[in-house]
Amino acid sequence: MVATLPRTNELVTLAHGSGGKATRRLVEGLFVKELSNPLLDQLGDSAVADGLAFTTDSYVVKPLFFPGGDIGDLAVYGTVNDLAVAGAEPLWLSAGFVIEEGFPLDDLRRIARSMATAAAKAGVAVVAGDTKVVERGSADGLFVTTAGVGRMRADFGRPQPGDRVLVSGTLGDHGFAVLVARGELKLESALESDTAPLNRLTESLFELGPALRWMRDPTRGGLATALNELASSAGLAVRLDEQSIPIRPEVAGAAEILGIDPLYVANEGKLVAVVAADAAEEARRRLGGEAAVVGELEPDPPGLVLLDTALGGSRIVDMLVGDPLPRIC
Amino acid sequence: MRYVDEYRDGRLARKLAAEIAELAAEPVRIMEVCGGHTHAIARHGLEDLLPPEVEYLHGPGCPVCVIPMGRVDDAIALAAQPGVTLATFGDLLRVPGRRGSLLEAKAAGADVRMVYSPLDALELARLEPAREVVFFAIGFETTAPATAITLLRAREAGVRNFSVFCNHVTIVPPLRAILDTPGTRIDAFIAPGHVSTVIGTEPYRFIPEQYGKQVVVAAFEPLDLLASTAMILRQRAEGRCEVENQYTRVVRPEGNPRALAAIAETMELRDTFEWRGLGFIRESALRLRPELAEWDAEERFELPGERVPDRKACQCGQILVGAIKPHECKVFGTACTPERPLGTCMVSSEGACAAYYAYGRHAA
Repeated sequence: MVATLPRTNELVTLAHGSGGKATRRLVEGLFVKELSNPLLDQLGDSAVADGLAFTTDSYVVKPLFFPGGDIGDLAVYGTVNDLAVAGAEPLWLSAGFVIEEGFPLDDLRRIARSMATAAAKAGVAVVAGDTKVVERGSADGLFVTTAGVGRMRADFGRPQPGDRVLVSGTLGDHGFAVLVARGELKLESALESDTAPLNRLTESLFELGPALRWMRDPTRGGLATALNELASSAGLAVRLDEQSIPIRPEVAGAAEILGIDPLYVANEGKLVAVVAADAAEEARRRLGGEAAVVGELEPDPPGLVLLDTALGGSRIVDMLVGDPLPRIC
Repeated sequence: MRYVDEYRDGRLARKLAAEIAELAAEPVRIMEVCGGHTHAIARHGLEDLLPPEVEYLHGPGCPVCVIPMGRVDDAIALAAQPGVTLATFGDLLRVPGRRGSLLEAKAAGADVRMVYSPLDALELARLEPAREVVFFAIGFETTAPATAITLLRAREAGVRNFSVFCNHVTIVPPLRAILDTPGTRIDAFIAPGHVSTVIGTEPYRFIPEQYGKQVVVAAFEPLDLLASTAMILRQRAEGRCEVENQYTRVVRPEGNPRALAAIAETMELRDTFEWRGLGFIRESALRLRPELAEWDAEERFELPGERVPDRKACQCGQILVGAIKPHECKVFGTACTPERPLGTCMVSSEGACAAYYAYGRHAA
């Protein structure tokens, strides 16, 4: 007998969770369509109104504990960072836990402690929560959802040609640390996740006033996805200089071996910011040691991200199409 | 990154490009056979450095791209059988069959796992003795030895719940088919580096000897490709026509005898095999030897084995023989995108169309 599968056109695939084009289609074509309202339709990292910013994010990372962090601090920093890059000072978080039957309480305690440490480090409080336990097999250990509220502080200017693009440090550390920690690749490395709160960094940039144009934490989908969103929302081109983009040698090596472009790999403690050209040096100084100016905005071609390669050629850096990579945040 | 950045040096690249410009007295069309080369050319923007006389045509060397839809359907049917776990390489998961891809089959409940090596699939079989693990094997002589070694280990260890759905192909027959295609516009070849580490440089001799076209076996970094291009142009300028080896740091003229022996021990030529875009090519693919029938998924499972014709609108066949460039295809970037590929060349990141699309060569 030859078995057949049902038609699958109507099913969710892992590509829908990759942060790339398929995710965008799912979000815009389904959720925004059904839930449309002026705040949601902007599709920012946070909704902003009445001097407040509000955001939410779910965490399904596997493994739950990885070099440099765990699902607990990831869930706190992720939401803190979404508020911070929206230009807000993060205040309160909520946390929801979906726990699989049989999950060790010791692990749960360890994760809660790590959330507490992370909240203290970021200067926020977890003020509300919820717990659900599901039958064995109905969830993979633990899923965490956090939401957060912040007070708006930034006074963003409009991105314009000539503005500079900065990153606060090396790219791809989190994604590759988690990939390696899963042990399936039989690679060994000392890589650690960069999981960290960004609100101190973002606050230091608020003081630039309207010379600060735009910020994002390049998580799922990496720098490439964040900048594609900038290019299309601002109607400008982003031109990157490959040689200025900071990438650790271990990450570059793993990327070569696996055929994964680090520009598309998740970060959990890095900031990408666009500032006016004459504020770029000051911004770089404020962002610290590993920060770098990696590109600038140009008028043409609108909506595209271009990369000048180290070799001397150039190419387009497109949105991610969707990859078979395991989940990492 | 040491041992890699040296081969991407912009200063050396400009020097080589200047040399190429000087040598390129007349238009020359060079087909790079391997998908890895296509990807490197697009990723590093190599064509920006070259004079207009030098044109790269992108050949059939992306194994994911040439797998026919019928074989993908067979793999999906395998994965749908109760108790079967289908393991394969990540970039195969998105390849469309007639009714969707393995990724979609997985979403519908099939047990499909991504592995980085056939040995990982064998390990999976050891760890889960109650499951029938089938490795969906594809690739040229580059990946065939790994499958061969895995089969030998499975037999040695007596792992009975493991089998291979063999789709390995060989590089020389499609090259000959392309050279015999009317309208072919190729002047010279950049031959695949990794395949050549296994088969050596000798098998390409028929190209200069019978067809009068230069061949240079090349490595995968941009400076390697520039150096290989210069070598081709130098042959032409000096009136030579031969097989040269640029990838001397890895490729030996005789190839890798042990890898070839492992392939010969486990696999034999099929009479014919279908290539997406190119049609049926005689003696162009491998199947397991009869003595390994116990590990041969085609022997152990019933498969639909239906042929699915290529989509009419798709011009992959013409792209694979170098007759048109990806962006000249009627459906490029419209009906056919990496997200919803119609044709094979849009599927893998090493496919010519996907590389053009992702790196924006069509917009240049």
